[in-house]
Amino acid sequence: MKAAVVVFPGTWSDGDCSWALQKIGIDVRKIWHRESSFEKNELIVLPGGFSYGDYLRCGSIAQFSPVMQGVRSHAENGGLVIGICNGFQILCESGLLPGALIRNQSLQFRCEDTYLVPGSNSPFTKNIGTGQVLQIPISHGEGNYYADKQTLDLLEDQDRVAFRYSSVMGEVNKSSNPNGSSRNIAGIVNEKGNVLGMMPHPERACEGLLGSEDGNQIWLSILEEYL
Amino acid sequence: MNSELLQKVAMTEDEYDRLVSMLNREPNELEIGIVGALWSEHCGYKHSRPLFHHFPTEGKEILTKVGEENAGAIDLGDGWCAVFKMESHNHPSAIEPYQGAATGVGGILRDIFAMGMRPVALLDSLRFGPLDDRTNKYLFNGVVSGVGGYGNCVGVPTVGGEVQFDESYSGNPLVNAMCVGIGRVDDLLSASASGPGNPLLLVGADTGRDGIHGATFASVELDENAEEMRPAVQVGNPFLEKLLLEACVELAEMHNNWIVGLQDLGAAGLTSSAIEAASRAGTGIEIDVMLVPRREEMMTAYEVMLSESQERMLVIPKKEYLDDVVELFRRWEIRADVIGFVTDDGQVTVREGQEIVARMPISIPTDPPMYSQLTIRPSELDQLHNQDFNLIPDTVNPGVELLNLLGSSNITSRKMIYKQYDHQVQNNTVVLPGGDAAVLRIKGLEQGIAVTTDCNARLVSLDPRIGASIAVAEAARNIVATGSRPVAVTDCLNFGNPEKPTVAYQLEQSVIGISDACRKLGTPVVSGNASLYNETPVGQILPTPSIGMLGVIDRSLDSLTIAPKENNILVLVGSEFKQSIDSLAGSEYVTQKLGFIAGKPYIDLDYELKVQKFVLDAHKAKLLTAAHDCSDGGVAVALAEMVLATSLGLDAAGVDCGLRFDASLFGEAQSRFIIATDSQKSLSVLQKMLSDSEISFSIIGLVRGDRFKLGPIDLSICAMLEEYENGLHKLLDA
Repeated sequence: MKAAVVVFPGTWSDGDCSWALQKIGIDVRKIWHRESSFEKNELIVLPGGFSYGDYLRCGSIAQFSPVMQGVRSHAENGGLVIGICNGFQILCESGLLPGALIRNQSLQFRCEDTYLVPGSNSPFTKNIGTGQVLQIPISHGEGNYYADKQTLDLLEDQDRVAFRYSSVMGEVNKSSNPNGSSRNIAGIVNEKGNVLGMMPHPERACEGLLGSEDGNQIWLSILEEYL
Repeated sequence: MNSELLQKVAMTEDEYDRLVSMLNREPNELEIGIVGALWSEHCGYKHSRPLFHHFPTEGKEILTKVGEENAGAIDLGDGWCAVFKMESHNHPSAIEPYQGAATGVGGILRDIFAMGMRPVALLDSLRFGPLDDRTNKYLFNGVVSGVGGYGNCVGVPTVGGEVQFDESYSGNPLVNAMCVGIGRVDDLLSASASGPGNPLLLVGADTGRDGIHGATFASVELDENAEEMRPAVQVGNPFLEKLLLEACVELAEMHNNWIVGLQDLGAAGLTSSAIEAASRAGTGIEIDVMLVPRREEMMTAYEVMLSESQERMLVIPKKEYLDDVVELFRRWEIRADVIGFVTDDGQVTVREGQEIVARMPISIPTDPPMYSQLTIRPSELDQLHNQDFNLIPDTVNPGVELLNLLGSSNITSRKMIYKQYDHQVQNNTVVLPGGDAAVLRIKGLEQGIAVTTDCNARLVSLDPRIGASIAVAEAARNIVATGSRPVAVTDCLNFGNPEKPTVAYQLEQSVIGISDACRKLGTPVVSGNASLYNETPVGQILPTPSIGMLGVIDRSLDSLTIAPKENNILVLVGSEFKQSIDSLAGSEYVTQKLGFIAGKPYIDLDYELKVQKFVLDAHKAKLLTAAHDCSDGGVAVALAEMVLATSLGLDAAGVDCGLRFDASLFGEAQSRFIIATDSQKSLSVLQKMLSDSEISFSIIGLVRGDRFKLGPIDLSICAMLEEYENGLHKLLDA
């Protein structure tokens, strides 16, 4: 499996994503935002950071970057795309995923461990064992997922919620919601299930030395599906 | 002579006369501006440099000479090195806390990547007045947001620091930012402008009118009109900084041979940057201000030369590689303009088109006057040292006292602060904030680095020499508690007006005290910064020589945290549990009881070294499962912090609290750790090692249950968490 990690001006998780993917044996190349061609079977990673300084609104300028044309057609052709943190914001701004990420309810940046209950209906989470709770940190100021009721209902009806914030025991409730996200949503997929956006950083949870290896489950799920 | 201008650049009439005699003529306005900025305390260190000879600065692992480069460099082995430095941004933060703190972070980052190293960690040592005051709350919130706003955006983790509160910092907060960079020794860049004919390339932001006289503003006391200095505060653009960072690191890592020098633009902007770079190389420079890209119209040469617009760097490429360097920056979408060139005439020449608007030998601005101040020991010290603590009745309810301490501003958990900072980006943070020091792995190496900042200003105020030694010792203890070996120090000397003899005494004695401890502990001072004139109309700050320390651990995998495991045995090392009343000197507990700071601080540096060596030896022998430095709040607070980092309790009802419970529980005697071990067998080895080294100790008890039982104290862990976790929230919301 190959992965293309997109670098916008201001992206800073490109190194972390490359590190984590290479560690489990995936070939990684970095793509500067001015390029736009991808290989068909590549996993596109839109990493975290502050693309274009997140000026105006998080992810809003990045959507006009040349690389996003390539990302769009890759997604339309069924290729895999994962947007993490700022990448999730960019996917929402680009219309590839519904909803928006607004300011955390606390009005403050939050960097801390969260616990996630995965959904089942996408290659990103399909092969994660049932009942598993993943420990993966967040790091954002605007990670509060918002969508209207109709959209939220649709996401749930179609089993498109990829991750919900939970307690360490897997209980999804208000006290386990770090940013005020609607229905504790931490990540969603598109209708086809080939585009995932998530606020937590799985690439930061890929080594025991750093506190958690649970992030690897996402990469392994993809590998199992596509090998 | 233009006395209004002299006042603007904080140049005295004597200094003006000195300048005239050096020049052999009257300087023009721009020349006064240039010299005034470089002779300011902030750039010229005219009151502090005469003391720097005290510092030990050499060691086998030290790669740079202090002052020669932007930051000190440490050899990590295998061709790798670490560079680090701490710098103050106090006065700007007093006026505009968000931007003041943000640009403080931006400035220290540039010092590090100017050396070609990738910044891997930020730390912040902060001081504020009490949070029951609205202005202090505003400053606190603004500074914390500013530190996070900048650091989070550039993708460098903020992994540590400290926050302390004292009335003396009301209206004059301290914001000391430290940055650590890592890279290959071969990629270290110099900040020198060598090779006459080489171009001067200004890269990054356009130049505006922001921050003019910032260096001067940092070198005078804050008065009631300080608000009017708001235009001297710069505005940060962390996005541009991130691009600059990547471009400069790429330049160092891939194309080291293209350039001769790289220098950041900090205080006094282009003036200090270009002149210092030329001075280092023994060359001259010529700059045409018309070539400097501007963000505002009608700027004068004076404004261009003294602007402190952020996110700018001066690159000195070899002339044959100019186009390649410009192209590299363009690829990162950064503008790069040739604004002049290196000369061989030893002069700084500033042109505005064809016209020469300033010209003088480089040796003039780089030779500030040096002042040896009259020092007088504050007369009240004797009385404070002799304060009779026996007049304070011993505690009758130590449990309530402990809860109170756990919720008080100087001790309560800093989690609400550090969770606003990205402390994990770059995937290196092995030991997270919340313990003694942070530990970072270095990808591809077994070794890791430990970093911390420390300074108990209460103790420095009581005895500047001993207190400053203690600041170094405590920083080293933080490093040792992670299993790392202390290696080197950076300092930030925050003091009041040095022209006052009692402040000059504090400054001089603190420098000597830092030097005493650094010599004893084998941790040379490799970089630093002085911030003087920290005074408001109400008074001066507590003398605060912040210490930043870097340590090395052989295997980052072996790092210790403060969190023990269930059924671990806890041992107090360095003293017995029972303490005499003297150990309350300068403690948080006694300061709260008295309402003022009193007592005589004490440290035996030989003993300190011995205790630290024991902990490192015990760790090496794999006998430890956790370790924690005993500092603010004494043994009781240290133990509470350890068990609160787990979800367990403490079973230590049997400890002997001696004659004074308060001193044994909350006294802050130095040179002490709490260590944890997991078996009786290990314990007996540890006991033997301790006896052989003649180090006092007490076995405290076991980590288990859900209550905190320590001598007379019996508390529920829940009640303690309630105070410890919510302390800052409660103070801010009140």
